[in-house]
Amino acid sequence: MAIEVRDVSKSFGSTPVLKDVSVDITSGSLTALLGPSGGGKSTLLRVIAGLETPDAGTVTISGVDATRLSPQRRNVGFVFQHYAAFKHMSVFRNVAFGLEIRKRPKAEIRKRVDELLQLVHLEQFRDRYPAQLSGGQRQRMALARALAVEPEVLLLDEPFGALDAQVRKELRTWLRRLHDEVHVTTVFVTHDQEEAMDVSDSIVVLADGQVQQAGTPQQLYDEPASPFVMSFLGPVTRLDGRLVRPHDIDIATSPEPGTVEATVNRIVHLGFEVRVELQARSAAEDPEDVWVQVTRGTAEGLRLRTGDTVHLRAIPSALSLTV
Amino acid sequence: MSAPEQAWALPSPLAEAPPFDTAPSLPAAAEAPERLVVVPARHPWRWVAGAAVLVLLAQFVHGLATNPGWEWQTFAGYFFEKSIMDALLITLELTFAGAVLGFAGGVVLAALRLAHNPVLKAVSWGYVWVFRSVPLLVQLLFWANLGYLYRTLQVGVPFGPGFHEFQTLHLVSSLGAALLGLSLHEAAYAAEIVRAGMLSVDAGQREAAAALGLPRGRQFRRILLPQAMRAILPSAANELINLLKSTSVVYVLAIGELFYQVQVVYGRTGRVVPLLMVATVWYAILTALLSLVQHRVEKRFGRGATR
Repeated sequence: MAIEVRDVSKSFGSTPVLKDVSVDITSGSLTALLGPSGGGKSTLLRVIAGLETPDAGTVTISGVDATRLSPQRRNVGFVFQHYAAFKHMSVFRNVAFGLEIRKRPKAEIRKRVDELLQLVHLEQFRDRYPAQLSGGQRQRMALARALAVEPEVLLLDEPFGALDAQVRKELRTWLRRLHDEVHVTTVFVTHDQEEAMDVSDSIVVLADGQVQQAGTPQQLYDEPASPFVMSFLGPVTRLDGRLVRPHDIDIATSPEPGTVEATVNRIVHLGFEVRVELQARSAAEDPEDVWVQVTRGTAEGLRLRTGDTVHLRAIPSALSLTV
Repeated sequence: MSAPEQAWALPSPLAEAPPFDTAPSLPAAAEAPERLVVVPARHPWRWVAGAAVLVLLAQFVHGLATNPGWEWQTFAGYFFEKSIMDALLITLELTFAGAVLGFAGGVVLAALRLAHNPVLKAVSWGYVWVFRSVPLLVQLLFWANLGYLYRTLQVGVPFGPGFHEFQTLHLVSSLGAALLGLSLHEAAYAAEIVRAGMLSVDAGQREAAAALGLPRGRQFRRILLPQAMRAILPSAANELINLLKSTSVVYVLAIGELFYQVQVVYGRTGRVVPLLMVATVWYAILTALLSLVQHRVEKRFGRGATR
């Protein structure tokens, strides 16, 4: 294990933010801490970095108990959501900073910084100041700065949170590729499930200061431990009192055993995908709003019209959880 | 930027024209634009206000030149006079030493105030409170009378035996008292200026430096202070200019700085106004020089702040 977090608790004033959190992070993995805001994921990351001290519990990094170590002595790289670039230094000096304070020889610093700037595609910006860079460039510089000191673990706190959607997507693909090249144990915080599923080898879902579930993206999607995890890792809808993925529902024109009658309220065409919004009337439950995701071909085949009465049933292989 | 374009979206008489009308007849402004002459907007009141101010200014300058009370001849005679030059040098020395010691003290006090240790915090706060409360003039007189309060000072173990004794009368000369008073006074104000600068730097900068392995003391010097300088400099320059003029207060200790010296001269010759002008013009020249330096230094520390 590269990082072992054991029974960590932390409160800010009287508000508990982390409650008995234990997390294992494998060497060389790329792990996402995923959860809603206020769930404690950033605090956990900061506890690992040593920027916050836990009230109870231990943090072990590469087999060394780091709980009482200052951030300076943990050998971690940290990338902040809002860049935290040293504004009074050029890009080159920013990246070189960690090496300079470690008193490495000048020639070595220059070589290493040039390599890193190439890695993050900023070689032509080496003499600029952070204010002269775009958000995405600044974040790549922050990454190069964190990597320069060859940290044992790389920690990223919502690294793409402040960027626009297009740049976010580019950067996360790029982070994945970078990780494949550098292989440093990486933990990043995000509230975006798509980002977490896209980039990471494993995901830790944190909410209300507790670990809800940990596993590979596929495990979490296919075997969610709770309705919360299921609804956080993709769209869900309710049918007959159970939580179902909207693409796991069959629409039939005639009643069959186990189907629930429903009226089509609205049909939304989203390109290839069609979202059908309905009101279901099962025997046991009050009328409930359901939505079903079908392909355009299916929707056309069914000749659906607003106001039609149809019959819904979860497909046999569907994952469903009682709410 | 888009305001003029939006203006076209407003309902215009044109839009209400019947759809089958012949070519819409536009208002006169649209016909043959090449024949129109473009005239800049006229602002007659600007000219009136400008002229009025210029007249008042001319009258003032005329008064300076023609009123014999200014005695420009005397002014010119004393402006570069040896005793004035020596006094000017002392003023400059006091300003320079006061600024260096004051700001060095200010940086230390600000660091103490921002420390986590409550004792250090309280001491720094207390210092600033005391030295901002006591008028400079009163403080200077206290230092000059140190020998009356404490005949001797000892170096040794606190509350225990002493190793060496000083006679306070010899320890603090009047120049020493002046410098001590100015520096201590200056340090209190500088502490607040430096602290304001520190607070202007985002907390993330310190955390980033800590995560990179920089110890706390060096975070202050290498990350915080250089970035705080941008916020510190304008107020610091203000304070420095203030100090330059505050040196005139030390005349009460009979130190031959600029203001004391012009007093000595007009006490002897009775030429009060021209000698006050000598001091005034020198203070103005020095302030201009300091402003120039301020501009240069601000430019240097502004690196990386603008695109």
